[in-house]
Amino acid sequence: MVMGIKGKIRRISGPVVVAEKVSGLEMHELVMVGKDELIGEVVRVEGDSATVQVYEDTVGLKPGEKVLGSGMPLAVELGPGLLMGIFDGVQRPLEVIQRLTGDFIKRGIKTPALPREKEWHFVPKLKEGEVVSGGEIMGTVQETPIFEHRCLVPPDVKGKVVSVAKEGDYTVEDIICQVSSEKGMLELKMYHKWPVREPRPYMERLEPSEPLITGQRIIDTFFPVAKGGAVAIPGGFGTGKTITSHQLAAWSNAEVIVYIGCGERGNEMTEVLLTFPEWKDPKSGRPLMERTVLIANTSNMPVSAREASVYTGITIAEYFRDMGYNVAIMADSTSRWAEALREISGRLEEMPAEEGYPSYLSSRLGEFYERAGRVKTMGGGVGSVTLIGAVSPPGGDFSEPVTVHTKRFVRCFWALDSALASMRHYPAINWLTSYSEYIDYVESWWNRLTSNRWRSQRLKAMEILKREDELKEVIRLVGSEALPEQEKLVLETARLLREGFLQQNAYDPIDTYSSPEKQFVLLDAILNFHDAASAAISKGVPASKIVDMPQLTDLAKLRMAIENERIDEIKKFSEALSAEVKKLTEVKF
Amino acid sequence: MAIQMEFRGVTKISGPLVFVEGISDVGYNELVEIRTSDGDMRRGRVLEVSKGIAVVEVFEGTTGLSTTDTSIKFLGKPLMLPVSDDMLGRVFNGTGEPIDGGPTPFTEDYRDVNGLPMNPFSRDYPNEFIQTGISAIDGMDTLVRGQKLPLFSGSGLPHNLIATQVARQATIPGEETSFAVVFVAMGIKHDEASFFKRSFEESGALKNSSLFLNLADDPPVERLLTPRCALTLAEYLAFERDIHVLVILTDMTNYAEALRETSAAREEVPSRKGYPGYMYSDFASIYERAGRIKGKKGSITQMPVLTMPNDDITHPIPDLTGYITEGQIVIDSDLHRRGIYPPINILPSLSRLMKDGIGKGKTREDHGPVASQLYSAYARSQDLRQLSAIIGEEGLTDKDRAYLRFGDAFEQRFLSQRFDENRDLETTLSLAWEMLSLLPESELTRISDRFVKQYYRPK
Repeated sequence: MVMGIKGKIRRISGPVVVAEKVSGLEMHELVMVGKDELIGEVVRVEGDSATVQVYEDTVGLKPGEKVLGSGMPLAVELGPGLLMGIFDGVQRPLEVIQRLTGDFIKRGIKTPALPREKEWHFVPKLKEGEVVSGGEIMGTVQETPIFEHRCLVPPDVKGKVVSVAKEGDYTVEDIICQVSSEKGMLELKMYHKWPVREPRPYMERLEPSEPLITGQRIIDTFFPVAKGGAVAIPGGFGTGKTITSHQLAAWSNAEVIVYIGCGERGNEMTEVLLTFPEWKDPKSGRPLMERTVLIANTSNMPVSAREASVYTGITIAEYFRDMGYNVAIMADSTSRWAEALREISGRLEEMPAEEGYPSYLSSRLGEFYERAGRVKTMGGGVGSVTLIGAVSPPGGDFSEPVTVHTKRFVRCFWALDSALASMRHYPAINWLTSYSEYIDYVESWWNRLTSNRWRSQRLKAMEILKREDELKEVIRLVGSEALPEQEKLVLETARLLREGFLQQNAYDPIDTYSSPEKQFVLLDAILNFHDAASAAISKGVPASKIVDMPQLTDLAKLRMAIENERIDEIKKFSEALSAEVKKLTEVKF
Repeated sequence: MAIQMEFRGVTKISGPLVFVEGISDVGYNELVEIRTSDGDMRRGRVLEVSKGIAVVEVFEGTTGLSTTDTSIKFLGKPLMLPVSDDMLGRVFNGTGEPIDGGPTPFTEDYRDVNGLPMNPFSRDYPNEFIQTGISAIDGMDTLVRGQKLPLFSGSGLPHNLIATQVARQATIPGEETSFAVVFVAMGIKHDEASFFKRSFEESGALKNSSLFLNLADDPPVERLLTPRCALTLAEYLAFERDIHVLVILTDMTNYAEALRETSAAREEVPSRKGYPGYMYSDFASIYERAGRIKGKKGSITQMPVLTMPNDDITHPIPDLTGYITEGQIVIDSDLHRRGIYPPINILPSLSRLMKDGIGKGKTREDHGPVASQLYSAYARSQDLRQLSAIIGEEGLTDKDRAYLRFGDAFEQRFLSQRFDENRDLETTLSLAWEMLSLLPESELTRISDRFVKQYYRPK
């Protein structure tokens, strides 16, 4: 790219600016617009003019003001200082912006993403004379008490190490490694830049093999996602997309979480900022914030930066993947991103496709979701990016373009249901319309934990729930009293499954996180009851006698009453209950 | 940007838009004064600008403008609103000019009405319970200071009554603070506006209120500025004068219609139902101006009112609103027909911030579980009501019949209250327990046993 191309503004319409006399500007090049030097990105080049989407409010811009090329595409800084940070859509730290301009965000702020003055304790891993290539680990920095940051050789570097810094404290701007390469002597720092729209390279893609454990029962047991998978959570407003995303960000067993608040509420980001430092990681007992990167481009912040925010997020996620970590990224909400695309496309006067969305919506979604995956990294390790995209379909209608196109690129679908939400059944994931294609991949992991019974028990519970749905139709016609006794039991077991297993209270200290062991034991307890009751009914016990047993209320509450560490009590409870049910067969009715 | 430029004659007039050629040094979104041949002065803003040509949107409409005798002055700045404490107790038009006969507020402090986005890092999380005195809201969908909680209503429903009842009764129990109401009327009828004015006067709230009125026969383009002017004042009062401000915006449906109208005039590509693709961002630039800031004493709580076209909650206006606001209170025509006031249907209603504003130390420890149990029980009673309409009550079990009794009592005694009835939270919660006591104890699966022991009193 050519440095420092200089032109003038010709036209301004909302966030879209047309510049003239800028021949040589490249697609997706970062440019400075106007006398305040607002950041923008080239989205179209035509002759000697270029169209720029500006990431800040364009009020007051005038034709004739300058447009400056930077000679670089829009890129993010990757290095120590990402974790515990909160950035806007183009990776400007919001904490620094607050110091510079107060409580309201003003325009034209230029500040580096990573702190320049902070010193990190660097431990070298390379030796002089070694031959290195992109993706290898230069050294490590303990970025937070629970996270070791592995400083990587930038992907496009290859050569022989001439010098390496000794163990000690350095800032990100200090040179820590010199490499002699074909391009000459390269000076490497603890951070490097990478363009956001270009996926970071890896050696090869691997099959997913292990589930991402989230501690959420309906997800882990019924609709699991594998590490490196892609999931969509669609749901109308009020169905709990955001709470589900927060729960996943809080409890997933990934080493790094990237959370993108894309065009959502300001107070939600505040909630994350306040609660994550308080919540503790179940494994290490440290605040969850110490493994989290937040990207916040709330709905009232400029729309084009919203478009960039998902790319900023996924690039950061890939960087942590390249260190050999499992990363989970939540994008809440991808619909806002699609709408930003639509808005800019409209300003560019492009031909619209469905509902005004541009015709390239589908290919953009595909490119984005394909950046998830489990890979062998350039450095030889194994890392993964699990991508969880929230979708906000207008009117909760899953046939709208964003949901439909997203479905083509994800293999796991957690459909949120407004009927469940209005009954305050949370998480409001509908068990009849959701699906996961990762069950075959994660089965062996679960089987190791549950002596090969996971899949069959899961299937059995699903069958009971499906049967309940069919019976509901019958009840609508004839009432529940007219059902056969065994069917009445199915209804009761289904209720227990719904209230005692599928429902999960995010605000209950015990219920908010269920270990995989507890999930299975709980499911077992409900299904064991079903078996015992079914046997009793076939010996002539009326279903009503079983349904009225006071212990069933306790069974439905076990999820909140018994901690993950005391699951033996669930087993004991279950055995005692089966014995009680059996006793009923000795009574004459 | 202080240079002011005046031009004579325009090239083209189309709908609310005026095209001016031969201009230079004009900025995007700056304010414009338009003088007609008979000396009438109107205002507008620059929608699009390229070399030598500007597109101007006229707030008061283009009727009577001609291409030759119109002069245009570019003011070099966006629309600015003067703000001061004196604006409480006053009535303004849709662009913030006094219409109550009083003087223009004396101040040097002018603010850009478009505001600036609040830094998410600076926000303080809303978690203080506001008692509205309405059981359906306090008990089931609690309002929290700094929240934006809309009323989703329909034509002919008493949303105005509910909004004024909230404005009159809202308090924080046990706290004496300065409290102001900013009332924003967008495209509402004259008699509705005078109803609000009168009820503010009667309750004595007018001296702590500012009214911004853009009525149904006022220009629609001006309507787009009305909430922005009002929120600019609200931000000044909240974050510079330490006042807790409640902003009532009615009716957002009229605002959205005005947005669609001007978008069509600009010949933009429409998205759903002809509304512009940026309606979400536009709504957000209004709703997101609610909240609290760390270290500041004041706050902005918003209660927008919108009428759902055809009672359809999936219509783009309520739909996009619901995605931005922190919940919604849904007003139901069926309950209204049955004579229940306030006719709030709790099932589709929600307050997202409720969980942080209630519980131990804020309201009462059992508040959360009680609300959750009432929700599920009421949902069940509604299902059973439908079922019993088909198969008759005889086909139901005893337990089911208990649910039916619960459902009726809940609507008649818990939801129902008078327009001037101000229930404190204790009253609301003890009523709630009376309702729950109509159910068998084994049904209270969402409430822990110690609360059941303490409050459950079956007859």
